[in-house]
Amino acid sequence: MTALLQIDDLRLSYRSPGWRRKATEVLHGISLHIDAGETLGLVGESGSGKTTIGRAVLGLATPDSGSIQFEGREISGHTSRERRQLARDIQVVFQDPYTSLNLALQIADIISEPLIAQGGTPHDARSQVKRLLDQVGLPADAGNRFPREFSGGQRQRVAIARALALSPKLVVCDEPVSALDLTTQALVLDLFAEIQRQTNVAYLFITHDLAVVRHISDRVAVLYRGDIVETGPTASVTSSPTNEYTRELLLAAPVADPDLQRERREARRQLREIAAG
Amino acid sequence: MTTYVPDIDTAEPAPQVRRSPARKVLTNPLGLASLIVILLITALGLLAPILSSHDPNFASLKEVNAPVGTPGYLLGADGSGRDILARVLASINVSMISAVIGAGVAVILGTVFGLISGYVGKRTDAATSWVFNLMMTFPSLVLVIILFPVTGGSYQITIAIFGLFLAPGIFRLVRNLVVGVRNELYVDAARVAGLPARRILSRHIFYVIRGPIIIATAFMAGAAINVQAGLAFLGLGSNRVPSFGAMTADAFLNIYAQPLQILWPSLFLALLTGSFVLLGNAYRDALATGGVNKVRRRRLQPAPTDPDHTPSLTQRDSEPSLLHVSNLRVGYPQADGRVKPVVQGISFDVAPGEVVGLVGESGSGKTQTAFAVLGLLPSDAQIQADAMVLADESLVGPGAKSIRRLRGGVVSYIPQEPMSNLDPSFTVGSQLVEGLTAGGSRQEAKATVLELLARVGIPDPARTFRSYPHQISGGMAQRVLIAGAIASRPKLLIADEPTTALDVTVQAEILDLLRDLQAEYGMAILLVTHNFGVVADLCDRVMVMSSGRIVETGDVRAIFHAPQDPYTRSLLNAILDEDTPRIRATTADHPKETQS
Repeated sequence: MTALLQIDDLRLSYRSPGWRRKATEVLHGISLHIDAGETLGLVGESGSGKTTIGRAVLGLATPDSGSIQFEGREISGHTSRERRQLARDIQVVFQDPYTSLNLALQIADIISEPLIAQGGTPHDARSQVKRLLDQVGLPADAGNRFPREFSGGQRQRVAIARALALSPKLVVCDEPVSALDLTTQALVLDLFAEIQRQTNVAYLFITHDLAVVRHISDRVAVLYRGDIVETGPTASVTSSPTNEYTRELLLAAPVADPDLQRERREARRQLREIAAG
Repeated sequence: MTTYVPDIDTAEPAPQVRRSPARKVLTNPLGLASLIVILLITALGLLAPILSSHDPNFASLKEVNAPVGTPGYLLGADGSGRDILARVLASINVSMISAVIGAGVAVILGTVFGLISGYVGKRTDAATSWVFNLMMTFPSLVLVIILFPVTGGSYQITIAIFGLFLAPGIFRLVRNLVVGVRNELYVDAARVAGLPARRILSRHIFYVIRGPIIIATAFMAGAAINVQAGLAFLGLGSNRVPSFGAMTADAFLNIYAQPLQILWPSLFLALLTGSFVLLGNAYRDALATGGVNKVRRRRLQPAPTDPDHTPSLTQRDSEPSLLHVSNLRVGYPQADGRVKPVVQGISFDVAPGEVVGLVGESGSGKTQTAFAVLGLLPSDAQIQADAMVLADESLVGPGAKSIRRLRGGVVSYIPQEPMSNLDPSFTVGSQLVEGLTAGGSRQEAKATVLELLARVGIPDPARTFRSYPHQISGGMAQRVLIAGAIASRPKLLIADEPTTALDVTVQAEILDLLRDLQAEYGMAILLVTHNFGVVADLCDRVMVMSSGRIVETGDVRAIFHAPQDPYTRSLLNAILDEDTPRIRATTADHPKETQS
């Protein structure tokens, strides 16, 4: 059985502007796969290349080499016309709900944009909008309001509704809850899980927050400076990591309990001392 | 099935009435007046056949230099016996056509190529920019005059050529705006949604650039009218085409005999071009004030305090406290005259050497509280407190200015965004030395800074000292700011989300550093954060804030293990569970399980 998304030996570099500047390789041969209906958590710190992987899958960044296959078809190096076909299958939810929505458009226009881009009539799109707003837990009258009238969590729901409009098979979620408050974060994560149950969509869930990954993912891939250092089922990676960086990452995240945190701090100190020799 | 309650942070904002910039222009007296002038003059031009009984080029020898008010010659006749009114009205039409052609050519060319150049980028951008830059170097007016034989004296073609040379201005404007919005996330989202480039440009990007284009168009319309009049004044162009320029030239020959004749063309020319410029200005003002609540820069001034309240030191309990705040209220005046409260009467104490966490979600007022203590709130903030005492110095009432003296010496501050708190144009070292030279020589200060940099765990202090902020990482920048904050050995360190912008491994190191420094210096820390992990790591005592009030305060263990307030409980419940990885407990009927 072929995976929904299969990435093999993906290399990508960014060229800084200027004459004969050297390109910096940010992904050094990434391989991963996502099955239908599955959530793969992609964890890494800033500069690890996690967002770049997402952008490569979305066609917003061009890989140097390697392959990205969706349902067995190669999709890297697609022309923009071929790419538009793919919009039905792969969608995105970005981190910042404040800049990912065009403030000049009404919510209904934002959500129906992908539908109309794929040839839907405005009338059909309008009726879809009602269903989508309901699906993400927004009131039906939200459609004819503007993004600035909504809080961060509600805006992220709008972004999720836009991503779901075409019933995609894969949604790339790039830090979708990082900008949200704690209580809102939990609600939005529940929404992601609920939608997956209903529609069997797969998520490539990119985040820096291990707690979020643990909450939402079936499998986890840990990214460090452009390489995947560890990958496996969420339970095993987050409770008994084999890689030293993963272990450090886990111990670095403070736990919300003074006594447990003290233990964790000690464990981290010991790990450091061992590493230092 | 879960039902979804709306997010807790729904502060249900009243639907804002946003007026479009166009409507704002109409409420601006200058904008409205200039628009009316332009419309009136245009109407006069269009009604020319009705308003005047003569052909503008019809010369009657009988009426040479006829005075104002002559029957049939309302404004009189010029030196050749032509009806001045008829010629003014015809000139209006010529001017308007010039404005449309000149500005039209410039705007269409500039916008189209600006959009392409900015959106496509790379080679297309380089090539188009090069062409337009080259065009900018041509002396357009001279070229227009030289090309006169080619244009055959037609003013329309001349102005079209002039418009060509106005295009680079629009091109550069549009291109730069497009480059700015091209990488916005909503444009990326539109690309992922499968929108063709044409629709992204017309729907998302054009919206951003249309305001500046309208402004530039108004100015260019004025410029085109002036250039047409100027060329005609010089005698370039057919003398069968009435124009303000030709009319002023004719009147000029007559200026001693009939001084009034020069008034009419110059009056209308000035009104027309002036109105275009003022209209452009009015639209620009409308756009500038149209932005959604712009973030005001915090000014480093102590905010005004209420003089009616005098510190009531007697209210304090016997326990010595480093910072004592009683009934602190902070509010912001709104456009409609109400004051929006953000901190609603909170009281707390920080003991010497104590680490206190101030926890809350966005909008809870936690940062406002910290800034009120630091005296860093914007000048429009209204701050009132029964008492605010820091190290036995009152911060409200008669001695309110003392916060400036206390800042640095007694109280220091670590910000959330280390990078934006370092000046990119100066080296790290010079910025730290600057804060220390007040007391001693530069050499001593440098030695102290190097020592401090080593103390906060910077591996190569000398190199960091010489580095510019962009050359160091975010974690290093935060260490640098901590070094600056502890330089004066403060008694109280106020840290506003000090690790939120940092990676989790860096966060752990910074927390370790703060803990070590706290133990070493015995300073108190007021830690503002939303992260309960950070609180658990560092704090002795916790205050939980919600909607401007402290809902619960207590020992860190008590708060985590036995929270009393329902809000605290809901916050703690929202923490994603550490120990249970995703178990599809509710997904027994999940299609996925049966699928594979």
